[in-house]
Amino acid sequence: MTPESLARQSQRRTFLRHGSYGIGAAALHSLLATGGVPAAEPVENKSDRASQHWEGVYPVIPEQQRIKRVIHLCMAGGPSHLETLDHKPKLAEMDGQPMPKSYTEGKQIAQLQGQADRLKCLGPQHEFKKFGESGLEISSVLPEIGGIADDICVIRSMQTDQINHDPAHTLMNTGTSIPGRPSMGSWLLYGLGCETDNLPGYVVLTSVGGGQSQPIAARQWHSGFLPSRFQGVEFRSQGDPVLYVKSPNGVNLDNQRQVIDAVQQLNQLGDARFQDPEIRTRIAQYELAFKMQMSAPDLMDLSDESQETLDLYGTKGGDGSFAANCLLARRLAERGVRFIQLYHRGWDHHGGIKQGAEVTAKLVDRGTAALVKDLKQRGMLEDTLVIWGGEFGRTPMAQGSGRDHHIMGFSCWMAGGGIRPGFSWGATDELGYEAVENPVHVHDLHATMLHLFGVDHERLTYRFQGRDFRLTDVHGRVVNEILT
Amino acid sequence: MIARALFLFVSLSLTTVVMAVEPNIDYSRDIKPILADKCYSCHGPDAARREGGGEHGLRLDTEEGALADLGGYHAIVRGDIEKSELLSRITSDEPDVVMPPHDHPKSLDTDEIDILRQWVEQGAQWSVHWSFRPIDKTIDREGAWIDRLIREKLQPLNIDLSREANDSVLLRRLHFDLLGLPPTSSQLEAFQSAESENRWEQTVDQLLESPHFGERMAIYWLDLVRYADTVGYHGDQDVSISPYRDYVIDAFNRNLPFDQFTREQLAGDLLPDATERQRIASGYNRLGMMSAEGGAQPKEYLTKYASDRVRTASTVWLGTTLGCAECHDHKFDPFTQQDFYQFASYFADIKERGLYSGANRDGRWGPSMDVPDAELEALLAPLVEKQKELAIQFESTPIQGAVTEWINRLSKPSASWTPLHPNSVEALNGTKLEVKDDHSIVASGPGSESNTYRVTFSLPAEAIGPVTGIRVEALPDDSLPAKGPGRAGNGNFVISEVRTALVTDDQEPASLELIDAKASFEQADGNQNPYKGWKAIAAIDNDVKGKKWGWAVMPNFGVSHSWIASFKSPQTIPDNGELVVTIEQNHDNPGHTLGRFRISVTDKSVDFDPRRSVPPAIIALIDKADADRSEEENNLLAAHYRGIAPELEALRSQIAALDKQIADVKAQHTRTTLVTVSVEPREMRVLPRGNWMDNSGPIVQPAPPHFLPQKPFEGRQTRLDLANWIVAKDNPLTARVFVNRLWKLLFGTGLSKVLDDIGSQGEYPSHPKLLDALALEFIESGWDVKHMVRLILSSRAYRQSSAPRSELADVDPYNRLLARQSRFRLDAEMVRDNALSVSGLLVRDLGGRSVKPYQPAGLLRHLNFPARTYNADSGENQYRRGVYTHWQRQFLHPAMKLFDAPAREECTAERPRSNTPLAALVMLNDPSYVEAARVYAEGLLQEELNEEQRIRRMIEQALTREATNEETTILSRLRQQQFDYYTASPEEAKHLIKIGDLPPAPDLDPVELASYVAVTRAIFNLHEFITRN
Repeated sequence: MTPESLARQSQRRTFLRHGSYGIGAAALHSLLATGGVPAAEPVENKSDRASQHWEGVYPVIPEQQRIKRVIHLCMAGGPSHLETLDHKPKLAEMDGQPMPKSYTEGKQIAQLQGQADRLKCLGPQHEFKKFGESGLEISSVLPEIGGIADDICVIRSMQTDQINHDPAHTLMNTGTSIPGRPSMGSWLLYGLGCETDNLPGYVVLTSVGGGQSQPIAARQWHSGFLPSRFQGVEFRSQGDPVLYVKSPNGVNLDNQRQVIDAVQQLNQLGDARFQDPEIRTRIAQYELAFKMQMSAPDLMDLSDESQETLDLYGTKGGDGSFAANCLLARRLAERGVRFIQLYHRGWDHHGGIKQGAEVTAKLVDRGTAALVKDLKQRGMLEDTLVIWGGEFGRTPMAQGSGRDHHIMGFSCWMAGGGIRPGFSWGATDELGYEAVENPVHVHDLHATMLHLFGVDHERLTYRFQGRDFRLTDVHGRVVNEILT
Repeated sequence: MIARALFLFVSLSLTTVVMAVEPNIDYSRDIKPILADKCYSCHGPDAARREGGGEHGLRLDTEEGALADLGGYHAIVRGDIEKSELLSRITSDEPDVVMPPHDHPKSLDTDEIDILRQWVEQGAQWSVHWSFRPIDKTIDREGAWIDRLIREKLQPLNIDLSREANDSVLLRRLHFDLLGLPPTSSQLEAFQSAESENRWEQTVDQLLESPHFGERMAIYWLDLVRYADTVGYHGDQDVSISPYRDYVIDAFNRNLPFDQFTREQLAGDLLPDATERQRIASGYNRLGMMSAEGGAQPKEYLTKYASDRVRTASTVWLGTTLGCAECHDHKFDPFTQQDFYQFASYFADIKERGLYSGANRDGRWGPSMDVPDAELEALLAPLVEKQKELAIQFESTPIQGAVTEWINRLSKPSASWTPLHPNSVEALNGTKLEVKDDHSIVASGPGSESNTYRVTFSLPAEAIGPVTGIRVEALPDDSLPAKGPGRAGNGNFVISEVRTALVTDDQEPASLELIDAKASFEQADGNQNPYKGWKAIAAIDNDVKGKKWGWAVMPNFGVSHSWIASFKSPQTIPDNGELVVTIEQNHDNPGHTLGRFRISVTDKSVDFDPRRSVPPAIIALIDKADADRSEEENNLLAAHYRGIAPELEALRSQIAALDKQIADVKAQHTRTTLVTVSVEPREMRVLPRGNWMDNSGPIVQPAPPHFLPQKPFEGRQTRLDLANWIVAKDNPLTARVFVNRLWKLLFGTGLSKVLDDIGSQGEYPSHPKLLDALALEFIESGWDVKHMVRLILSSRAYRQSSAPRSELADVDPYNRLLARQSRFRLDAEMVRDNALSVSGLLVRDLGGRSVKPYQPAGLLRHLNFPARTYNADSGENQYRRGVYTHWQRQFLHPAMKLFDAPAREECTAERPRSNTPLAALVMLNDPSYVEAARVYAEGLLQEELNEEQRIRRMIEQALTREATNEETTILSRLRQQQFDYYTASPEEAKHLIKIGDLPPAPDLDPVELASYVAVTRAIFNLHEFITRN
């Protein structure tokens, strides 16, 4: 039996009448009894509630929804804005001279602490060029991203609160540095549900290269106090893409289906005996598990991609590279995954930033641009939000031949549905130290992202430890100026 | 859509039930939750955000505030709806007038408005929040009072408890609840056939004496205190604190009174004559996350650790969210920001560091102690005896003549290496190389990212024969970062390749092959280094393993190092020839280039200067004239020589082997564990907005939250005082919190459902009297945990069936009135324990270091400092209970995580219970479960049974109940299908039965076995298999 025929057969199964992606009744109960969103219509059929498709708790008005998914290209380690997106000629002039104290006094710095008297400017290590009709200035180490300049909106006034990698990522993902809160992908699944039943709604992919690989904690894609159903699932480029998605050795899909059939039949007998709605959910989840077993290999199999596409990304896939992950990201987006996050762990250039930034940029440049072009040519860019950026930026001051972590001002860019293309917003001071014009905090980024989904960031809440929590905590402003 | 609808449904039904029973509005139960949820954010305790009429804004959280004159009108006038501004505002249609305002994310629904109206009508009576009131001591606790208090709520609805569950369900429930393990078939038979009137009580008592009771209770306690085996932040490195976990298990098994359990954890180190056990218990204070991230600011992290301790202790013992008062006064409960920092200040004496720099390498995460196991002493005794004998032998071997000879040999400085003066120096990328008087070469200027230095020399022919070897000295210099010798920020360098060539006027350059490279010091830490370190040989390997690898010297910076190598054939350098030395530095982490170096050659044996390896203090003694040395100095020299004397080599290696054996035995039988050490308390200030950089707040001293009962205190309070306050008889919170959670373990839901918050944002208890009576019983029993368990289990309510009843479906869909028992999925650890136990694989040892079950490869690849690979345990440690699983906070074992075990970054009082496809994949495909299913099948294949009997037994043993014919028919069909497949593909059968460490039983037919493995796998995947009923 082929996977296709298995799929058809499984669709015929009577128990699928009950629907699909259920969240466990117990979890649903705790979710609802505490939910922070106004209630709507009455229950039609209580007995079926546990096995309904999870559509989220947020009442989105379709006309207000600009995007259906996010692809977050997380440049982990803290890319230097001064070598990528923020051109600072004045800093070049000041190269090697003492950093004026008026900038740095009383400010938090990471590894340069205690050297306040010896801080020196380090000029931009790479040329900037104007790209496209918009004339956006982008570093020469990112020529491919330069090539999509007219599709992206650069924000040069980002700010964050956390100066070390781990808490800064945690803030970027969860809106706070306190561990245990849900990440943005989990918030989206909780609020909006997901369009796929065959794959997890929130997928994480990672790659490395070009600099010191700072650790990444699973906290970054955890669901925190939300049910674990909403956590991100890491896909692996080697081994099984999803943990345990492959049948045991010696068991082929037919065998596995037979075992599952027996399980389902026995569980149905149990359902008749115990009348426990959790059993019905369990039955539905085993169907989904089997669907995942069938669809995961299909996701990873790139033989249906054209040579042009492979050339565009510059990968044959399966090599764990950032470019391969970009291609997978598009395939995941096509299959209805809500939140796709790609980490590239290679931007922590405390030393040797000239070469380091160039090497890391080369590893991500082509894949990134290919992804945006590919989405565009397939008509998917208009309802996808692509975010490119790190957890913080780097100092205008030298740390040897590199730069230290920096939170007062850095850059990122966005592209896709509802975003003004070929546009830039905000600015740092002339040395690239502090965002002085239209600062955009991480909370604002979150508020804007939710807004594009048609979600008011103040109304998507969850009651935990006696408080209604939200992604933006008590902050957040929608950056309307960058929206079309 | 359904989700939103249900929300309404839930909130209505609970209110309906409550209203039916108690018509009077109770402020704490009915009103405060509404005000807190909808109004407090602008009219609550937080003065900074308060709005509305009156001088200080309108407060609805206090009686005074709500009744205050707001300038001619009042928010609430008792009994008078018309004059109460609150009611006219919440019912107003005018956008500018209505409350909550239109732009507020919350609104009031009609039921809530009705309740508020009734309350004002009834006279707007205030009461203290239920959990902050003293425990009610007037409730009758005679007879079967638990059942009576439950029935009290059911009677008005004409509903009684459900029938008693049948024996099989009951025993299974009891075993899972008390031990976390299933009963065996023979235990069920014994229970069924017991004729004693007290068979239930006897069984309960028996199980409470099982050591597995402590393991089961620990699963829950460890979530609360966030026990883990790694530090959580950044590199999530391992940390050893498993003796604390064993202490918890042991404490529940010994039935240590809960008040003492509390004191030992919070302040075991402060107890008079603290025992080893109490000091281990004090590890509680060290269970929080820690960081070794370079660049982290210690003060910031000390602040994080302090807040974490407040959040944890206040949730674990008080069930309140004091942690919310870190940045501002609590918005719903009476906690002030000062309360938060006063509470934090109890812990200010704990010795700790904000940033554990270097702990990623040396594992030093603050104060710890060694905990030997019971066997160590006896194992060590003979080894130590042997050690003494060898020491005597070593000291008594005569060596006098040899010492003199050694001193003479070393007394002349070696002249074997000749430093060369360069003819020319060249570097890439604009780097400047300057030759100093001592022939050394110093690099400066740009281009330090990577480089190749080319240096040429002529040989001083008069002084030297054919050269046999070359030496590169890496030298410190003040101009370099960390004094060098390298130019990287930390003083390091990597020499990826050294190449030598001979250039003569008339001939092609001839490269000279180097062999036998050695270095005086080699950087050890390897990460993925193919040489397992930064070795000298990597600089003459022609870069076959990649050009980034080479010789490096971290962490020995600011001192000189030597690298030497031999020429494969000794070389004569003619007068018209030059020796060309090329030093390539191509490490991929930019900046690792040489800062100062010197090249020498030798015509003698290629070795380090023999004096080099001798400590400077000894060299100084050697260089003294014989007559000038004191006897003491001569003894020092002799002692040093014994350490290197060739004639003592055999003895030394014997001693070293023994030392190592002793160290190994100690290591195998000793665990270290983090403990609390008390030092001078740090200054603790209120941090405005929680900002750790703001030092302007007032200094605070330890004190309990201001509004809770407490006695006047002189001097600085300690953690022990905190513990005593927590378990004081008049503390209204601790006992309520504990019995509420105990109830949850035995009924599936707490009497107050929100287990981590019984403050005003929590839930008013479904059975307030029952909760108070249990709390009082707990205190009066002397905080006797087993007594409370026994008491609850003795109730008829515990023993009733969990089957849904149609008459309850509408009035009590979530079973809050307890007219039936609950059914819920087992916790993650027990899902594992159950399968291992049924299969017979479970190893029932208690305690020990944490263990690593199989897990998919590569899960730890995101960790660094150091990079890690997961090595699953082998042998018995592969089959331990889930509670002993290595708890990697960031990358918890996926089978645990997918069944909702928390990361334990924060205190967890209640795990969600999800039901997901990913969890289904664990049960289907995780090798632990496949192996368990196979071993289970093997066991039953060893018995003389026909297929039908065998399948029946498989069901019965796994589910502790009789199988139905329908069930055996389904599984028999499955077995036949699989048998046909494996008969056609016998190789596949062999693959399947080989999964797991335990080899398949040799005498069984693989095809037969594989077909039954399908059956046992199907049973292991049943909902019923992982459900407590």
